[in-house]
Amino acid sequence: MATNGLSRAQLTLRQKLWQVPWLFILLLFATAAVGFAMLYSAGNGSLDPWASRQMVRFGLGVGVMIVVALTNIRLWLRYAYAIYAVTLLLLTAVEFGGFIGMGAQRWIDLGFFNLQPSELMKIALVLALARYFHAGSMEDVGRPTFLLVPLLMVAAPAALVLRQPDLGTALMLIIGAGAIFFVAGVRMWKFAVVFFGALGAAPVAWQFLRDYQKQRVLSFLNPESDPLGAGYHIIQSKIALGSGGVFGRGFMQGSQSHLNFLPEKQTDFIFTMLAEEFGLVGGLTLLGLYTLLLIYGFAISVSCRSQFGRLVGMGVTTTFFLYIFINIAMVMGLIPVVGVPLPLISYGGTVMVTLLLGFGLLAGVYVHRDMIIGRRGADEDL
Amino acid sequence: MHRDSDRHKLFSRRTAMLAGGKALLLSALVGRMYYLQVVESERYATLADENRINLRLLPPPRGRIVDRFGIPLAVNQQNYRVVLISENTDDVEGTLRVLGSIIPISDGEHRRILREVRRRRRFVPVTVRENLNWEEVAQIEVNAPDLPGVMIDVGESRFYPHGEETAHVLGYVAAVSEAEVTGDPLLELPGFRIGKAGVERIYDLALRGTGGSSQVEVNALGRVIRELSRQDGQPGAEIALTIDFDLQKMVTDRLAGESAAAVVMDVHTGDVLALASTPGYDPNAFNKGLSTDDWKTLVSNPRTPLINKAIAGQYPPGSTFKMAVALAALEKGVISPSATIFCPGFTRLGKARFHCWKRGGHGNVDMTRAITESCDVYFYEIARRTGIDRIAAMAERLGLGRPLGLDLPGEKDGLVPTKDWKRATMDEPWHMGETLISGIGQGYLLTTPLQLAVMTARLVNGGYAVTPHLTRDKVSPRATTPRPAPRYKSIGLSSWHLNIVNEATKAVVNGPRGTARRSAIKEEGFEMGGKTGTVQVRRITKAQREQGLKKNKDLPWKYRDHAIFVGYAPVHSPRYAVAVLVEHGGGGSTTAAPIAHDILLEAQRRDSARPGNTPPVSQADDSPGAAVKKG
Repeated sequence: MATNGLSRAQLTLRQKLWQVPWLFILLLFATAAVGFAMLYSAGNGSLDPWASRQMVRFGLGVGVMIVVALTNIRLWLRYAYAIYAVTLLLLTAVEFGGFIGMGAQRWIDLGFFNLQPSELMKIALVLALARYFHAGSMEDVGRPTFLLVPLLMVAAPAALVLRQPDLGTALMLIIGAGAIFFVAGVRMWKFAVVFFGALGAAPVAWQFLRDYQKQRVLSFLNPESDPLGAGYHIIQSKIALGSGGVFGRGFMQGSQSHLNFLPEKQTDFIFTMLAEEFGLVGGLTLLGLYTLLLIYGFAISVSCRSQFGRLVGMGVTTTFFLYIFINIAMVMGLIPVVGVPLPLISYGGTVMVTLLLGFGLLAGVYVHRDMIIGRRGADEDL
Repeated sequence: MHRDSDRHKLFSRRTAMLAGGKALLLSALVGRMYYLQVVESERYATLADENRINLRLLPPPRGRIVDRFGIPLAVNQQNYRVVLISENTDDVEGTLRVLGSIIPISDGEHRRILREVRRRRRFVPVTVRENLNWEEVAQIEVNAPDLPGVMIDVGESRFYPHGEETAHVLGYVAAVSEAEVTGDPLLELPGFRIGKAGVERIYDLALRGTGGSSQVEVNALGRVIRELSRQDGQPGAEIALTIDFDLQKMVTDRLAGESAAAVVMDVHTGDVLALASTPGYDPNAFNKGLSTDDWKTLVSNPRTPLINKAIAGQYPPGSTFKMAVALAALEKGVISPSATIFCPGFTRLGKARFHCWKRGGHGNVDMTRAITESCDVYFYEIARRTGIDRIAAMAERLGLGRPLGLDLPGEKDGLVPTKDWKRATMDEPWHMGETLISGIGQGYLLTTPLQLAVMTARLVNGGYAVTPHLTRDKVSPRATTPRPAPRYKSIGLSSWHLNIVNEATKAVVNGPRGTARRSAIKEEGFEMGGKTGTVQVRRITKAQREQGLKKNKDLPWKYRDHAIFVGYAPVHSPRYAVAVLVEHGGGGSTTAAPIAHDILLEAQRRDSARPGNTPPVSQADDSPGAAVKKG
């Protein structure tokens, strides 16, 4: 078995290329194509300013994804903490040198690219946690003290992101990490303790929320109370969705989107526009594509023979799921408005890069699924 | 590796649970989607349409008002205004500066414009100035390259080409006040005007028309994207008056400078040919928006320019009431026309003395002389014999004491006192002295110039209950229909009695001793008849009478007598009745009669200048003369 694993590690590039889950990547292209169409519509029937740029980013991202997929997974294991540390540093940097955008400090201006470290952190945290749990035995995982370090690993970036303040990303980090804890085998009762502890701490946390965040929660609870203010987004989004009906109002025919009643139609509310123009059918089609991608993610994770690969796979899949769920639930008025984009569809550079990096890791897990990595695998020679 | 397989098993189990949880959450999304897009779809589709579709009202053009010959009296004028659209200029201040060098913009205006620019959305035009003249429009057009964002806009505004001359007939339009908002959405349009007085007010609904509507698609900012559908409204109806504008102008000019009123009407049809009240006001000023100062000036003017004295001014009729008293006496049979009464210059009732205007008295006078020379003593006596209630009944048959239903708002009742009236209002019995005073048209009696004109018309048209009207057609809010040929009822006077009175009023002007003989119309066939009236507005005490009466012109304006004249022409076949009242004008014979002379002469001249009263303009088929001739 060991020799088998070793031989896997020494797969030639050509062999590896054969192993890349091409069907999965085809699904990615299909989903991204839906996004291009919606951005074309958002641009009122023009590739400018959104669709064309998104295509370029997607193209670059796909290149990065394949490179990541072909990279030896041990390399990711070895540099997992380093990547996490650098990302955490960047995150700390936006506290100071950050670019002010959308009312929250989120970006680092790299000149040619506005970097959102909080997005990268979603992947970096998955890598770090996967490495940590990979190294621990089942007995270790059962020890509460063993969990202190990974809890800190989550808490540090979550606190920084909350400070920015970016409630959506913080939630995603915490829930995504929770999923890794869960599949790594942390006992159920511990989750219950944390959950009820958090519930108890909620009134305290409420005090720390910014006014606009409180407003968002309140307007979520009763959007009609302030139809022109905080509740406006939700109401207009629901109107757009509802008016789409079963078959939608037609490509580029959505009055809510095209007459600008719908805010942020090219970013956070792009699902609303899709559902307005293509109706229930369009919405379900996209959900179907997402579900297939998720199933792929689960299948890849479960089939992997190394704990690191499995945890990375589940971490990426869960992050992807959280993007989908939070965004769609938000635009449909199920949860408060939080700034989480729709993966592969919403216009935005860092998110696209983050996602394709993640999918690259997922594909890498698949390519290296039969590689057996010891608990000290990070220190082994490649 | 054994341990790893345990880990793998646990991982797979937990992953399955996680997958189950995610599947549940995704199902929740699908359920929500189903709820929004299927169950609630129709409601949201309606809301989406409410968002995107705006109903815009299209105001209808207001109907014109023309005189009986089609001369326009109230029209809609193209109103050129200059507007600024701030999104089309980078520098609002700079544009305004350049514009200010072409048309003057005051500092206050400048601030208002900047304030509106800030408040409105950037594509909404802000009015810089209205009512530009051609020269200014041309100047702005020529300089257009230096004026980004500046546009000339054309709207419609009401215009009264003859201003003061028609003000009291037409009234004016002005912005809708809050109390006037009814169900009509037109009234809520910014800048919409409705009739506030005169014909503009009483026929407002007909003139207004009904609004059209335009369905437009708008975006979230309210900018119009396209028109979806359009429904044109119904323009306001054109209303033709019975007024003859040229005569109206002549009458107004003749009264200019006095606080006066005059009404000219057709004695058979009831057409009001001229109705004037001076001083007037500029109705166009109300449309543009009157300043508070201008309003105060108008309201505080003692000559009451805002009151239409022809219908809302109430004055004792004075001696012009004597015809009514004479007819009442004749009808009761208390005197024969030829019987004489001796006038020593006064009469006694108990201890009181009632004076004749002529200090020395008239001597023996019969009815004709009493009217011709306006002997007061004669009328004290026959009024005493007739009784107030008989006199009042006659006055009412002649059209006094209640509104005549003229189509103008604000017509006053006047007052014809009776015994019952006095008991009801003052809780006091009637005194004989009051009957005597009423016999010469003084005391409680009040009439409007319109009522006096109608009374005169009824006396000379053979005793028919003619009523006045201002429009050629019957106007209702929905349609205008031709007015049916008038069929006025007789007021039941004997033609013999009428003849006696009319012969006397003929002699007032044409007889050698008539009070208005200096105002006789000399042109053959145009002769007029009439009656003078001088109304005392102050009490004359015994002491003043003994000192000798002051001449009117020596008194302050507000203590001078009102001058009245009622007249008709031509005497051989009366066609026109006129009532002239000059407030504090002095004597009826010296002030009012000459005016009536001019008016009646002009009315007849205009008549004979156009055989059959056919208008000069090409409107022969709907000539008002047809109705006139029938009467």
